[in-house]
Amino acid sequence: MNTLFGKAKEEAKPITPKSVDEYPEAPVSLGITLVNFTGDWRTFMPVIDESKCVKCYICWKYCPEPAIYIKEDGFVAIDYDYCKGCGICANECPTKAITMVREEK
Amino acid sequence: MEYNPIKKVVSGNYAAAYAALHARVQVVAAYPITPQTSIIEKIAEFIANGEADIQYIPVESEHSAMAACIGASATGARVFTATSAQGLALMHEMLHWAAGSRLPIVMVNVNRAMAPPWSVWDDQTDSLSQRDTGWMQFYAENNQEVYDGVLMAYKVAETVNIPTMIIESAFILSHTYEVVNMIPQELVDEFLPPRKPLYTLTDFENPIAVGALATPADYYEFRYKIAKAHEEAKKVIKSVGKEFGERFGRDYSKMIETGYIEDADFVFMGMGSLMGTVKEAVDLLRKEGYKVGYAKVRWFRPFPKEELLEIAESVKGIAVLDRNFSFGQEGILFTEAKGALYNTGVRPIMKDYIVGLGGRDFTVRDVKAIAEDMKKVVESGKLDKEIEWYHLKR
Repeated sequence: MNTLFGKAKEEAKPITPKSVDEYPEAPVSLGITLVNFTGDWRTFMPVIDESKCVKCYICWKYCPEPAIYIKEDGFVAIDYDYCKGCGICANECPTKAITMVREEK
Repeated sequence: MEYNPIKKVVSGNYAAAYAALHARVQVVAAYPITPQTSIIEKIAEFIANGEADIQYIPVESEHSAMAACIGASATGARVFTATSAQGLALMHEMLHWAAGSRLPIVMVNVNRAMAPPWSVWDDQTDSLSQRDTGWMQFYAENNQEVYDGVLMAYKVAETVNIPTMIIESAFILSHTYEVVNMIPQELVDEFLPPRKPLYTLTDFENPIAVGALATPADYYEFRYKIAKAHEEAKKVIKSVGKEFGERFGRDYSKMIETGYIEDADFVFMGMGSLMGTVKEAVDLLRKEGYKVGYAKVRWFRPFPKEELLEIAESVKGIAVLDRNFSFGQEGILFTEAKGALYNTGVRPIMKDYIVGLGGRDFTVRDVKAIAEDMKKVVESGKLDKEIEWYHLKR
């Protein structure tokens, strides 16, 4: 599957308590946050040019989300559902294989 | 096992330290330098002597101290700390975090005046400034109440999952030695079983995150739950206080301790060590024919509205003794008491006496002078003024 979190992401469901009694007593997490597609926040999207990529994985290491994963062929890819467009990957890439492109929504 | 008290002559600070030891606290995180008191010093001594198995974390500030307490408490440990005045103020943000995360941390705060001007003497404005953080607050009258208060605080806090502050007066309690009846370890253990945490970060089968974001869709409900827990705490405080009395002969089932209420024209109401002076003075005033009583507010949060109403129904006036002040308004207990009664329609005449700020001596003679003034107010049914800066040099 073409995503960082695979099955977990597919199965993640939002938890929406309907009454106060359904809430936990303390504000602790009840589930995972994969249902929050933070990719909506993005203004610039990173685009990878595989012809320049040397598979050093520096972008993969630096992505704070993380939203970068390594594909079976060894190249990196971005899970745009979560990438906030911070641009750190493009900034760190030693071969300038990642460019930030303004997104029209 | 029958309860035979272990009598020790200790300061209020040592009473607090012994109580933490007997409560079998597991983690103590504290800032060890001024305004820290001998509470933490004594605990460090227990650890150094091998008398206590406590993880002690000395940190670089009170803000960090409370942060470390929060982390430790979130693992399910029983946690203790202590501070005073400016140190408590520096903790402020973390106090909200502790209550919001529903962690039953117990802290002893030594009431000291806030600077400037610098002062290390008794004043309640430091702890009362933390009123809205969601912590429970217990004001001790003497060293025995410091010791008993800490032990009861753990039981109450761990039942309702709300942190609790035990508050003692600077010097008057903190550094004054008196006999404290301590409880043998075996009996403390029976009274106070190990903590059963609401959640724990060390349950690796069921991982959870704390300190997460709640959007406007969810935040509101969590606030309601804290409010509800404080309401619940009133019942727990009374039952734990009663149980403590049955086991150890010192009853704390009332959140407001009263004396001579039945036929009193008016009562003195206040908190902390100054009420010891008031009780002494009221005994004397009674012998002189004054129809006075006292109402010592032990628990300020949750506020004992219902008990206050019972008192208000039976008296014509209440002289509130505030060793604190909210600038731009009035003494803090005065505001609270008036507010609690407003919708009940029960309104004895109330006057606010600002006393003892910054450790100004407050004696039996002062109580008598205030009784004289309050008697005039009650008899005439008229307030000459609402707030009396009693000690002011004129």
